Amino acid sequence: MTLRNFPVVRLAVRIGRVGIAVYVAAVAVAAAGCGGGGSEPKDVVLVTHDSFAVSKPVKQAFERESGLELKILQGGDANEVLNRALLTAGDPQGDVVFGIDDSVLSRAIDGDLLDEYRSPELSALQPDFANPDAHVTPVDHGEVCLNVDRGWFASHDVPRPTTLDDLILDRYRNLLVVENPATSSPGLAFLLATVARYGDPGWETYWRALRANGVRVVDGWEEAYTQQFSGASGSPGKRPIVVSYASSPAAEVIFAATPPATAPTAAVEDGCYRQVEYAGVLRGAHNEDGARKLIDFMLSKRFQADVPGSMFVYPVRAGVPLPEPFVKHAIVPRDPLQLPAAAVDANRDRWVARWTDIVVR
Amino acid sequence: MSLALEGIDVVIDGRPILDDVSLEVGTGERLALLGPSGSGKSTALRVTAGLQRPTAGRVVLDGADVTAIPPHRRGIGLVFQDAALFPHRDVAGNVGFGPRVAHLPHAQRDARVTQALELVGLAGMERRDVTTLSGGEAQRVALARALVLEPGVLLLDEPLGALDGPLRQRLQDDLRELFERLSLTVVHVTHDVGEAFALGDRVAVLRAGRVAQVATPEELWARPVDDWVARFLGMRNVVPDGDRANVIRPEAVRIVPGAGAVVVAADRDGPVVRLRVRRDDGRELEAVLVGGAVPRVGDRTAVEVDPAGLVEVEVWRGGAQEASDATSH
Amino acid sequence: MDRHRRALSAAGRAAAVVLPVAFLAVFFAWPLGAILERSLLVDGRLDVPFDVLTDPTTRDVVWFTLWQATVSTTLTLAAGLPLAWALSRFRFPGRSVVEALVLVPFVLPTVVVATAFAALLPDGVERSVWAILLAHVFFNVAVVVRVVGAFWAGLDQRLWEAAATLGASPGDRRLRLTVPLLAPALASAASIVFLFCFTSFGVILILGGPRYATLETEIYNEAARLFDLRTAAALGLLQLAAVAAAVLVAGRLERRLGGARRRGDAARRPVGGERVAVGVVVLGSLALLALPPVALVLRSLQVGTGYGVDHFTSLVQETPALLVAPWHAVLNSLLFSAAATAIALAVGIPAAVAVASGRRGLDVALMLPLGASAALLGFGFLLAFDDPPLDLRSSPAIVPLAQALVALPFVVRSLVPALRAVDARLREAAAVLGATPAQVRREIELPLLARPLAVAAGLAFAVSLGEFGATVFVVRADWPTVPVAIFRFLGRPGEDNVGTAMALCVVLMALVAAVALASERALVRGRPR
Repeated sequence: MTLRNFPVVRLAVRIGRVGIAVYVAAVAVAAAGCGGGGSEPKDVVLVTHDSFAVSKPVKQAFERESGLELKILQGGDANEVLNRALLTAGDPQGDVVFGIDDSVLSRAIDGDLLDEYRSPELSALQPDFANPDAHVTPVDHGEVCLNVDRGWFASHDVPRPTTLDDLILDRYRNLLVVENPATSSPGLAFLLATVARYGDPGWETYWRALRANGVRVVDGWEEAYTQQFSGASGSPGKRPIVVSYASSPAAEVIFAATPPATAPTAAVEDGCYRQVEYAGVLRGAHNEDGARKLIDFMLSKRFQADVPGSMFVYPVRAGVPLPEPFVKHAIVPRDPLQLPAAAVDANRDRWVARWTDIVVR
Repeated sequence: MSLALEGIDVVIDGRPILDDVSLEVGTGERLALLGPSGSGKSTALRVTAGLQRPTAGRVVLDGADVTAIPPHRRGIGLVFQDAALFPHRDVAGNVGFGPRVAHLPHAQRDARVTQALELVGLAGMERRDVTTLSGGEAQRVALARALVLEPGVLLLDEPLGALDGPLRQRLQDDLRELFERLSLTVVHVTHDVGEAFALGDRVAVLRAGRVAQVATPEELWARPVDDWVARFLGMRNVVPDGDRANVIRPEAVRIVPGAGAVVVAADRDGPVVRLRVRRDDGRELEAVLVGGAVPRVGDRTAVEVDPAGLVEVEVWRGGAQEASDATSH
Repeated sequence: MDRHRRALSAAGRAAAVVLPVAFLAVFFAWPLGAILERSLLVDGRLDVPFDVLTDPTTRDVVWFTLWQATVSTTLTLAAGLPLAWALSRFRFPGRSVVEALVLVPFVLPTVVVATAFAALLPDGVERSVWAILLAHVFFNVAVVVRVVGAFWAGLDQRLWEAAATLGASPGDRRLRLTVPLLAPALASAASIVFLFCFTSFGVILILGGPRYATLETEIYNEAARLFDLRTAAALGLLQLAAVAAAVLVAGRLERRLGGARRRGDAARRPVGGERVAVGVVVLGSLALLALPPVALVLRSLQVGTGYGVDHFTSLVQETPALLVAPWHAVLNSLLFSAAATAIALAVGIPAAVAVASGRRGLDVALMLPLGASAALLGFGFLLAFDDPPLDLRSSPAIVPLAQALVALPFVVRSLVPALRAVDARLREAAAVLGATPAQVRREIELPLLARPLAVAAGLAFAVSLGEFGATVFVVRADWPTVPVAIFRFLGRPGEDNVGTAMALCVVLMALVAAVALASERALVRGRPR
């Protein structure tokens, strides 16, 4: 038996060969990926955040209709997506960016990273959304709302909170968990909601009271909702009030092993903050035409109807029916809080820093 | 195959290890490279094998300059001190290593391994794990490993160094017999005078990186080149006298009944007894006796010196290297 | 023919250096340079952000980073050494299983481990520096067990026997013999663990809560969230310098302490009191290591108020959370990790050879990717790989490359001490017997290094499987890996999503354990006898 018959040696030699093959393949793929500089692009690349989702049939419908492969690059939250787009402004990673929300909208427009585009579908949107800035197209809106654990309040014989003001009452001591606005998008929305409600700097007083009343701050929504909030199914959490979305109760029903008749949680209509999510054509896109087709598609009935089930946000197109669990268990807040994008952009960093001083330090 | 080192210098980190070393070994000749530790004898071996590049000089094999040829293409066999067997291979794997890397056909390899193991007296040990071998067995495997490719020159670095007693003697005898049978060209490094004399047709004495003397064992014993060499060979009757020194070989000192001296030491080594006597004039002499009845310490005796055993040699003024560093066991 | 061969072996020697250097240059130095240029060059002039470096906030962050990394490393060594001892010195039933299980924590995505810890720890401890330290120990204990254990197994048992006959008490022997002999491996393991803790990200964010910030979390914050590239770059350079210094110190320690002669695997059955000691150490360590994974397994089986395998069956179903069914993520992960392991070995083996033969600069350079902020490097990728032939920004090929960059230091770290410990005379003996340098490498070094190589491959595979920070930055939505899929599921409300995430965690754990076990088995079968 020679040494080369040893499994380890054979393995190592083979691994070495595979490694080199992978190199070659990687470079070849890269070269092939952009070899045809002048020819017609065959794909369109969407750059978006972690929460983006689309069901497979809808994605395939777009690919069939447009003849383009839809490649999706996702990572980070809305803020990070915008920052990456700003970093590569003019030489973008993809063709369309989706997920810019009000809190970063003015930075996106000032950052000169988007081409103007007015989709013909805009006319079909609900009146609230039909007249956006020329650089962006609204695609959905989400509502950041307080969620409560119905069961907990029923069994503890405590009335559920119904307003922001309630949260500083003694009977809700140590019951609330929120996300850090410095690191979380719903966390920031909730901070903005309190600014919209109590004014600047009135919100500071409110948060001091929240702190005194035992609010818990965690880094992100995952931690807050699935680990700290007692109402999420399977959660080890002990706090019955959390900052989440208006649609979360519907999700609890849709994703339950055996869907219950009533949702175990409920959204609180007061204090909801509206986040509109926009898409835009990236300046310098390889496939501008495909980018416009994709944006048109995102406003189509088919995509809009898919939005609640995939991303748990609400469509902006008029007359798109909501899935049944949304109608039964979720709310669409009638009068959500909102701040002007410019005000948010001008003050966001200062508010977050101030909030950190008041609540965390 | 004949071997020559021509004017070899080796300087490592600015320190001269070998200084103008020239040696010649004829085909079928066995040269013992004798010297105390640090004299550069192992380095000379490494230069020959190609493991150490000389700073200057040439290594010549059968008239061809091989100085620039890497070790794996020199065709020289080397047996390391402590054997240096490959721990992950069994005996056959070690011995068969050379044929394998030379891509010899399987059948030929196996035959060679068997043959080499027979040669060193380890027939049938092919499947033994080398970590379970005794010191002597390990050294024999190392020897078989070096011999299996029938090298033109065989180099041995202290092959008996780690062994003791009868085992050492037996391997020494076996080696001599083997070298003669195979008519091998051998360079054999040792610090042991007895081993050098037993295995070398000629002995080269190395001192502080230079060759002090090259001669047959008989010549070396009869006419050491200087007082240092005489002392290194184990002679104690060395009396410096200006630029010259007088050496009396111990076998030329006879102990006869009478007076004029007293026995101060008597060390038996088998049949041989080394006596040290102090003459009344204060001079000490060493004598070698054979047999059972010898004087004891404190006995008074007379001393005679056979003039044939008297040699006048030069005095070495080389400095640092002490002959007594590594005198024979 | 001869000249041809010599040219080849010279080319081989050159490749040992060129390949790793080229890899680092293209996939590390270039993107990093691109982002630094963008951040610190203002109108063609260097804007040195001294103000950031002297800021008191920076000082606090640096202090906390150093402090937690040092304490975590010390605790990890203390926790890992007994197990390394038991696994490397003794043979007992299930030893290879235990060795494989130890790797599992190492590959779990941070978010999963942090979640498991948060669920296990009592309320007060949950969001404290203790939680951070504990999680770091849990994560990194595998490094100590693997790196130190592989070295320990090769040490000559007779040294202890000699010490015993010289009158050394067991305590003496540990202090005066074991520790100095193990020192190279200890330095090696400690430097990896230190770097890991120093650059820790997810654990700090989730378990530390918003109060604790390390350099890595600050860089991420400044770059990805606040888009203050100047501050991020300044902190990034600071972190890189600190990591380079730590690597240099560790390398110096490792060299000064030297390697002990190896004599194959010296493990034996424990006898007498040793049996109790080994039993306590192995079972105790297992119990602690198993706690979080067991919690995950239970959680993955929890359906409504009862138990079932529903979350596992949903792995084959389409889901709105991903563009593909979850089991595709498992395939992707295996594929990417295999490729990443192959690249890491292909680059790492020659690199380790070069490092072991004295190219210390390369050693430091190879460790640096561990010290670079993933956020900065990710930004650098976006800037650098935008042109043919390396337009990798939307190519799946970039994933194994990024993972290999992270796995590379592990390969080199586990190979270098073993390479240094290979007796030089064995190489010489082989050379004199006619083996070319390549044959020496293949026939002598490789088999002697089989165990450390398996360790290296296992670690590389595990690291690639669990890698999240870099992967999520570059992976395409239709090619998710398991950690990325877990992250996507955890990011969505509803029992099914959480359950599927937990099921994927369990699959990931099983995968790593299986791979580690298989490589261990192949190794045992590969031994002569």
